[in-house]
Amino acid sequence: MSVEAWTTIIVILSFILYTYIGWQSRVRDSKGFFVADQGIPSIANGAATAADWMSAASFISMAGIISTLGYDGSIYLMGWTGGFVLLALLLAPYLRKFGKYTVPDFVGDRYYSNVARLVAVVAAIFISMTYVAGQMRGVGIVFSRFLQVSVETGVIIGMVIVGFFAVLGGMKGITWTQVAQYIILIVAYLIPAIAIAWILTGNPIPQLAFTFSDIVPKLNQIQLDLGFKEYTQPFANKSMLDVLFIAIALMVGTAGLPHVIVRFYTVTSPRAARYSAGWALLFIALLYTTAPSIAAFARYNLIDSLHDKTPAEIQQLDWATKWEKTKLLEFTDKNNNGRIELAPTPEASEIKIDKDIIVLSTPEVAKLSPFVIALVAAGGLAAALSTASGLLLVISSSIAHDVYFRMINPQASESQRVMVGRVMVGFAIAIAGYFGINPPGFVAEVVAFAFGLAAASFFPAILLGIFDKRTNREGAIAGIIVGLLFTVFYIVGVKFYGMSPWFFGVSPEGIGTVGMILNFLVTLIVSRVTPPPPAEIQELVETLRSPEDAPPPLSDVGEEQLD
Amino acid sequence: MNSDRRRAYWRENTTLIRNLLLVWALVSLGGSILLVQPLNSIRLGSLPLGFWLAQQGSIVIFVILIFIYAIQMDKIDRKYNNRM
Repeated sequence: MSVEAWTTIIVILSFILYTYIGWQSRVRDSKGFFVADQGIPSIANGAATAADWMSAASFISMAGIISTLGYDGSIYLMGWTGGFVLLALLLAPYLRKFGKYTVPDFVGDRYYSNVARLVAVVAAIFISMTYVAGQMRGVGIVFSRFLQVSVETGVIIGMVIVGFFAVLGGMKGITWTQVAQYIILIVAYLIPAIAIAWILTGNPIPQLAFTFSDIVPKLNQIQLDLGFKEYTQPFANKSMLDVLFIAIALMVGTAGLPHVIVRFYTVTSPRAARYSAGWALLFIALLYTTAPSIAAFARYNLIDSLHDKTPAEIQQLDWATKWEKTKLLEFTDKNNNGRIELAPTPEASEIKIDKDIIVLSTPEVAKLSPFVIALVAAGGLAAALSTASGLLLVISSSIAHDVYFRMINPQASESQRVMVGRVMVGFAIAIAGYFGINPPGFVAEVVAFAFGLAAASFFPAILLGIFDKRTNREGAIAGIIVGLLFTVFYIVGVKFYGMSPWFFGVSPEGIGTVGMILNFLVTLIVSRVTPPPPAEIQELVETLRSPEDAPPPLSDVGEEQLD
Repeated sequence: MNSDRRRAYWRENTTLIRNLLLVWALVSLGGSILLVQPLNSIRLGSLPLGFWLAQQGSIVIFVILIFIYAIQMDKIDRKYNNRM
């Protein structure tokens, strides 16, 4: 059977699975809709968080970026995983203990202010919208490549599927769908990785093959021969300070992303939230430690099979001609010496490789069966759809719960609240779909926004809300506003108005770190010169800090007696 | 629970968090970025150590840190819950 036929079958089967789960976990009340009845076991929530977190970008683009950047690509690996440590130790258990529905809920209640709540709602919607537009585009592209439909049709199919399980099942439907999506995406990622590791090194475990085979030293040598820097050479593309600031901004931004935080509201207890963060990172690590292996192997393999070959030799590589048709891979013999050569500068290089084809082409390069290639397509779709659905729910709950219920109509009945939630999911899907079909040119540019803004706004407000009792309304609002304004000013200035990065050359991706520091400073200072928070808020913070009320399960008590 | 015990609980909790975050910062910001060049003169398998730490080692350590935290917090929770 052809790749296209397999893809159609696997994608349709996986969609039937997702919609079946969405139908099975349909909900009626707002607790089910917004936080899945707080009944998700910690391992399942870990898998759901991993799928929620790993977007089309993690699945399709990350290995390609690392492949191009070498060492400097580590900022994404460390930044995006290191944030989970901050989340697990500093935020997740306390937010679960607080036990409401959304991030703006915590900000609004802790800082006894609807202004703070509104600022948080606006930031949450902005961050999620930025992110979701890119996801819908990703869905469209994967469909168009593998099902031969137009990108627009692909986006619309994606909208219908996400809409079905999100509107019907709310958070509960999304959670169990995400668990299924995690399994599909990780299997789809690991099979080609294992195959290429096996073919190149004879060791089937990509992580070990990466560390102990001679592929990376060989790659270093080839890169030097061709005039590149060594693959493992640090700071080849970015300065040390820039790498440091970007890594911190990505870490802190990850810990402050509303669609990740909200997943920790759905588990049964603060204790479950702690374990769930561990499971989430373990599941993410499975993919994130495989990605650098794929990155190095794929780069080695591409150079090895394409560089210094004649056009006729390349024509015999089936996968190369196939990708050439999509214009993501191009060959031009610029110096007419009958050989295709790779060079460090785009002007001299005769091979143009789009970074997105690294993961998608691996199975074809490794000559895997059409079935596996189809599975990778389904995996990419699972990654994009799961992230999109998590983000859509954040947008809808920010409006339905925080704006409608908490600020406009506190008397709303259960069914009214769920109804508004469903309508808002519908709206959010329509807007996300619109951006997916008519992508604003700046989507790639504004991804830096999402992390920078999360780092500069939510993280300090939540952290100080838990760990500094003296932080008050005035301090938090002033801090968020200063952090946000500075970060937005810098990113917009550099990305859109040609301002040169004046803060020690820190790039816009890393400026969220400075925004966060400013936020911390302003919050602490303003809090100290204004009246302390009221007694009941201080009492609330005390409650967050005390041990759990429920005694630990019996199975754990046995261990205690051994001590 | 009286306020002394509550404070003691919070102190044990924050000490644990501080120690784990210290390891977190040493591995990721320290070993993988600030000290990557000197560490690269050491080899792990066929990779320079600093490079390996940045691309794989730190992620593995992050996972371990979270599970240590969860298990240690269970112990602290139990200690303060049982003798309330």
